[in-house]
Amino acid sequence: MPAVTSLGLLRPIMTWRVAVAIVVLALLGLLPWYAPWLETAGIINQRFALTVMTRVLILAIAACSLNLILGYGGMVSFGHAVYIGLGGYTVGILAHHGLGSGFVQFPLAILLSALFALAIGALSLRTRGVYFIMITLAFAQLLYFVGVGLEPYGADDGLTINRRSDFAGLIPDRGPDKFVAFYVLSFAVLVLVLGLVHRLVNSRFGMVLRGARSNDLRMQALGFPTFRYRLAAFVIAGAICGLAGALLANHTEFISPAMMHWTRSGDLIVMVVLGGMGSVLGPVYGALAFLLLEEFLPGLLRLVLGWLHDGTAAVIGRGPAGALDDWLRLAEYWQIALGAILIAVVLHARGGIDSLLGRAGRG
Amino acid sequence: MAEALLQIDSLVKRFGGLVATDSLSLDVQPGEVHALIGPNGAGKTTLIAQLSGFLKPDSGRVIFDRQDITGLPAAARVRLGLARSFQITSVLRDFSALDNVALAEQARQGHSFRFWRPARRDPALRNPGMLALEEVGLADRADTPAASLSHGEQRQLEVAMALGSDPRLLLLDEPMAGMGPEESVSMVALLRRLRGKRTMLLIEHDMDAVFALADRITVLVYGRAIATGTPAEIRANREVRTAYLGDTEV
Ligand SMILES: Nc1ncnc2c1ncn2[C@@H]1O[C@H](COP(=O)(O)OP(=O)(O)OP(=O)(O)O)[C@@H](O)[C@H]1O
Ligand SMILES: [Mg+2]
Repeated sequence: MPAVTSLGLLRPIMTWRVAVAIVVLALLGLLPWYAPWLETAGIINQRFALTVMTRVLILAIAACSLNLILGYGGMVSFGHAVYIGLGGYTVGILAHHGLGSGFVQFPLAILLSALFALAIGALSLRTRGVYFIMITLAFAQLLYFVGVGLEPYGADDGLTINRRSDFAGLIPDRGPDKFVAFYVLSFAVLVLVLGLVHRLVNSRFGMVLRGARSNDLRMQALGFPTFRYRLAAFVIAGAICGLAGALLANHTEFISPAMMHWTRSGDLIVMVVLGGMGSVLGPVYGALAFLLLEEFLPGLLRLVLGWLHDGTAAVIGRGPAGALDDWLRLAEYWQIALGAILIAVVLHARGGIDSLLGRAGRG
Repeated sequence: MAEALLQIDSLVKRFGGLVATDSLSLDVQPGEVHALIGPNGAGKTTLIAQLSGFLKPDSGRVIFDRQDITGLPAAARVRLGLARSFQITSVLRDFSALDNVALAEQARQGHSFRFWRPARRDPALRNPGMLALEEVGLADRADTPAASLSHGEQRQLEVAMALGSDPRLLLLDEPMAGMGPEESVSMVALLRRLRGKRTMLLIEHDMDAVFALADRITVLVYGRAIATGTPAEIRANREVRTAYLGDTEV
């Protein structure tokens, strides 16, 4: 009997999903240590790799926060990038006025985002479906235009941050080390957020949130005032996303209204859907896939188009001068290819990338 | 006469020109099984919706345990001890059967602003959940997703969830709707076991079940209560026979 039970316990724990999750997280976490090796091997510049991947980590945090309300709560917020903007502006504006301590900037960024989420959620969560999407979008646009109108902070052009958040010297904020340090910080925050979301969605609170997505009326009939729980989730998601915004402002050393443009909100939705809604790690896969495709798809397309050109040239002879350039210019339409890939993934696997790894474990 | 547990006072609900609940007054006494019968479209489900807080009546009052609950939200009524089941099965389809009843227990235990401990490994939720499933005969289906249960099993789960709130008044909207004969028998057996322990307002089309279970019966036609009485009185009532029982052999 004991053998059977232990087998029964082992099976759900060590699945493909878990294995992939461990490998992906390990690869992410150890990047600063093997990046120099990648550079010597001529694969990718170390600084460039760290910069790209820091952005992936930060947007993965934002996507995780959206996943909490979109994937687990069924709330299609089309204005989630607003909290990236709020977090970013908090850091940028405080830094602009000489208040550089991260211990002040970050809590304030989180608090402010939470407060805005409370207000926006309280008004928008009374609606459902398309109305909810439109109202969250409207609030996001409103704040976007507030940003555009903020003349003292660069308005449309944005504001350069001269000094990154200062964590009492614990995290190097200048010099060559700052990139590694900031990468490690971002990774640590991502892991914390993943752990938090994991606990949250499996707690009593999480069960109510997921139940309300599945059948809100029934949850009310069971005695749950679902509005409160959905609002609480909305606020938590806003707070976490504000944290991502504070990180992003540090990463780019720049804030601008573009951070909260509605297309940014759309990107976050794509990351969540692509990675797998309602799976804790899905948004990480989604952010990885989306941002890496965005970064490398144009180059990849040029490469493939070049091969195609050479191939056809070998068969039917060379075309007129400049034909190759015209041909390669097709790579500028890489977004169409990205769109096609997204549609293919979503159609092929409704649960996103995560579901491709097998649904052996429980959600 | 003892103080009624539920008192419905000249309740009116209109849908455009249609009066679905027409100055309806009714009471449910503590401990009784009060059956509500009537032809399709009589307004039975509409009444349950108003009692449970999902529909707002146009006028009239609902008094539960001496408290006016007419304007109370649905969830708050459950906490007062008023639970309902749905005529059209309404379970949490992507949750297991056990999850469904455990959620009823979770709601009963107070607020759920508990963010840390995994709910699915909490014996304080799982154990009462298993008992609730055993009560309706679903214990061996505990880990099956509700969506994969047969129709009859989903009906049993539906009732188990309402029972899970440990209500003082159970509003059952056609618990046997669409059940096969065998399943109906076990549902009637369950209701018989609950009889005397739970106060119930029971809507049911199966007349054999109604006459076997009910202490009192109210007949609803076009939103109006045309008669209330013991099964024997209702059986003998000429107006009821013509309006509703009509041709059916009772
Ligand atoms: N939301 C609504 N809008 C408009 N009309 C409605 C609505 N809900 C119910 N009705 C109408 O009100 C009347 C009463 O409906 P109700 O569902 O309460 O009947 P019922 O007694 O439960 O019938 P059944 O035995 O078929 O379940 C019907 O004529 C129905 O069409
Ligand atoms: Mg009905």
